[in-house]
Amino acid sequence: MKKVLQGNEAIARGAWEAGVTVAAAYPGTPSSEILQELSKYKEVITQWAPNEKVAVEVASGAAFTGARAMACMKHVGLNVASDPFMTLAYTGIKGGFVIVVADDPNVHSSQNEQDSRNWARFAKVPMLEPGDAAECKEFTKVAFDISEQFDTPVLLKGETRVSHSDSIVELEERKELKGPLGLDRKDAPKYVMVPGNVRVRRKVIEERMRNLEAYADTFSGNVMEINDPDVGVITAGAAYMYTKDVFPNYSYLKLGMVWPLPKTLIADFFKKVKKVIVVEELDPFLETEIRALGYKIFHGKDVIPNMYELSPEIVEKALSKKYRAPALRVAPEDLPKRPPNMCPGCSHRALFHSLKSLGAFVFGDIGCYTLAAAPPLQALHTCVCMGGSVGQAYGAGKALGKEGLGKICAVLGDSTFLHGGIAPVMDTVYNKGYATSIILDNRTTGMTGLQEHAGTGYTLGGEPANMVDYEKLVKALGVKRVRKVDPYNVKATMETIKEEMETDEASVIITKNGPCMLHRREKRKFRYPYYTIDTEACRGCKVCLDLGCPAISWVGLSGTTKDGKKRKGTVSINKTQCPGCGLCAQVCKFTSILPGKAGA
Amino acid sequence: MDDKVTNILLSGVGGQGAILASNILAHVFVEAGYDVKKSEVHGMAQRGGDVTTHFRYGKKVYSPLIKYGEVDFLLAFELLEALRYINHCKTSARIVINDQKILPPAVNLGQATYPGDIPETFRKFFKENVYVVKGQEIALSLGNAQAANVVLVGAFSNFFPEIKDAMWVSALKDLLPKKLHELNIKAFGEGKKGL
Ligand SMILES: Cc1ncc(C[n+]2csc(CCOP(=O)(O)OP(=O)(O)O)c2C)c(N)n1
Repeated sequence: MKKVLQGNEAIARGAWEAGVTVAAAYPGTPSSEILQELSKYKEVITQWAPNEKVAVEVASGAAFTGARAMACMKHVGLNVASDPFMTLAYTGIKGGFVIVVADDPNVHSSQNEQDSRNWARFAKVPMLEPGDAAECKEFTKVAFDISEQFDTPVLLKGETRVSHSDSIVELEERKELKGPLGLDRKDAPKYVMVPGNVRVRRKVIEERMRNLEAYADTFSGNVMEINDPDVGVITAGAAYMYTKDVFPNYSYLKLGMVWPLPKTLIADFFKKVKKVIVVEELDPFLETEIRALGYKIFHGKDVIPNMYELSPEIVEKALSKKYRAPALRVAPEDLPKRPPNMCPGCSHRALFHSLKSLGAFVFGDIGCYTLAAAPPLQALHTCVCMGGSVGQAYGAGKALGKEGLGKICAVLGDSTFLHGGIAPVMDTVYNKGYATSIILDNRTTGMTGLQEHAGTGYTLGGEPANMVDYEKLVKALGVKRVRKVDPYNVKATMETIKEEMETDEASVIITKNGPCMLHRREKRKFRYPYYTIDTEACRGCKVCLDLGCPAISWVGLSGTTKDGKKRKGTVSINKTQCPGCGLCAQVCKFTSILPGKAGA
Repeated sequence: MDDKVTNILLSGVGGQGAILASNILAHVFVEAGYDVKKSEVHGMAQRGGDVTTHFRYGKKVYSPLIKYGEVDFLLAFELLEALRYINHCKTSARIVINDQKILPPAVNLGQATYPGDIPETFRKFFKENVYVVKGQEIALSLGNAQAANVVLVGAFSNFFPEIKDAMWVSALKDLLPKKLHELNIKAFGEGKKGL
């Protein structure tokens, strides 16, 4: 049966067809849908892990029993998981073990842009790179076979334009694995990575790479396509799709396996075509390796950009002097941008309004709340990695000493706290730092599409589960000053934060009553259904606009207030967008934002 | 079937249902025997940002992205989000725009102005190939503003006479929960009349 599937759905389907039984992941764009899809197949045990390192550990443990297992993450997730990953390359696996890592060229939704192919070379493990959904499914299945055949973890590389693109996939049935599962104590030398054993496995890795190179020459996903013998393009994944689209008559060596490289096939290609061009996204990975084999490359990163993503026109412009960009009809930079924003009523907006009013330097983290860095709020001042805020705030306090008291705090989401925020809180207490860490508990992993986590009380499959008690947890870490705030109560929130920032001791503030506005289970009910502007009283001071709420807009009609004050304009609140959080009413100095009546 | 690939760009604001619309297109053109590819950016864009979907169909489609300047059809769910892609269209492109304004933050804040008469700007370049559909109004008259996306799809379906209404309706039924079938089939029909 044929079906249109998204790349991520196709990876899930491929894993299911391949007989995977355990899969773990931490969400991250553009990879999150894989596990969500996979959780719909009842034969597979799926779970959200608190972070990518744990996901890899969970899946590899399952693989050690002989089960087929998978871990999924975005590109930066593999940085977090790199510790187990690098050493699992030594131990090998038993059941097929695949790590899906999805890159984000052009940084649509990430904290950096990195080329995950480097991890394959670094760890000495094979990597497959599909170019569309059909290949996503096919390559996922092959990845499990390769993993078992060569006793190695296998990387499967996604990226935004593959993971989030849909195309036709031929569906097949699931093949259950035959062999019995089990653990054997005699395998210990293979799995205990102490120096004596490591040295043995070190040799195995080199031998395995040689075998994989030979396999790459026969791998059906490495496809040679000889058309015009003048120009041959070596490429992979989405880059192949773009190039083939604009230069259908060139010859191609499309690599489905980007590490290790098929040396014989490459030699053959160089014999068959006159000039070889390498078209690849991000780093000159293939190019460097092919040059190192002693070949002359006609064009590569001298013309193909090594930043951002490729597209048909970028490839055409780079390779053809004849390319002419179409004439501009409207200058795009003249159009107002439409950046993402926090939802109307979001508890993060309220909290960041307080932080801004306090003039704090906010060590930020990654989540919806990172949007507070944008105007008009501009109340978040760093964002490096998941959980990074706490350690940074603590370190900055160490450097600044008493000078920094009352001026710094760390802000991180609930999912981010569980991902990487626990250890630095413990460190702050242990090493006598004074950082105040604010956990924004919106009861979900908001930014990536509302996934459950260990603090929400539900599993990926929707079953009730243990719910982390943040207060007890941080107290157990040694934090003595633990406070809770309702971010919608601005005055009390500001007082609490101020007090804690000024105290020369580690503290944690946890928000309450602030579930994500998109939360399906936990709906935030406000006292009034919406707010309206008393246009007779509004002086047009724009303080409410500084909240950046999408429901509030400026109306440039000048006039006079009822007490005779001239004003340049007023504001209006979109009743259908306003959920009635009342934040704007609290910041209004002229009591001109009033509760609306139900049904009015 | 010739080798031509047709390029449809869908643009709008997060939450307007552009994704459902593109799923309907995928369903229909696969039924009709074409190869299809479609690409969109998820993630940050969901938070009220702009959303675009590249949709391509033909005998064999390689790139999931439409080459800049090669859009055959622009299906826009919001006026400014139509204008943002005016340069992406071929001179011969057909333009279908939902007559709805959603103010972006800078306009809300009074720091930028929403561009004036957008349909007129399109007509300057695309003449009679510009179609403005009152998607919001029609959907509201059917009792649910959310169905504006399907009204637009209905209007858009007029460009593909070879595809029977039954195929569009079967796509709607496959992609939507049962309780929304009646509303959306109506919305499709009204949209179809509305061009
Ligand atoms: C290492 C790493 N893994 C995953 C992500 C993807 N990601 C971005 S924000 C986020 C979680 C945000 O959840 P939370 O901290 O609860 O904040 P919210 O968005 O709900 O406000 C995730 C998983 C990432 N950026 N980096």
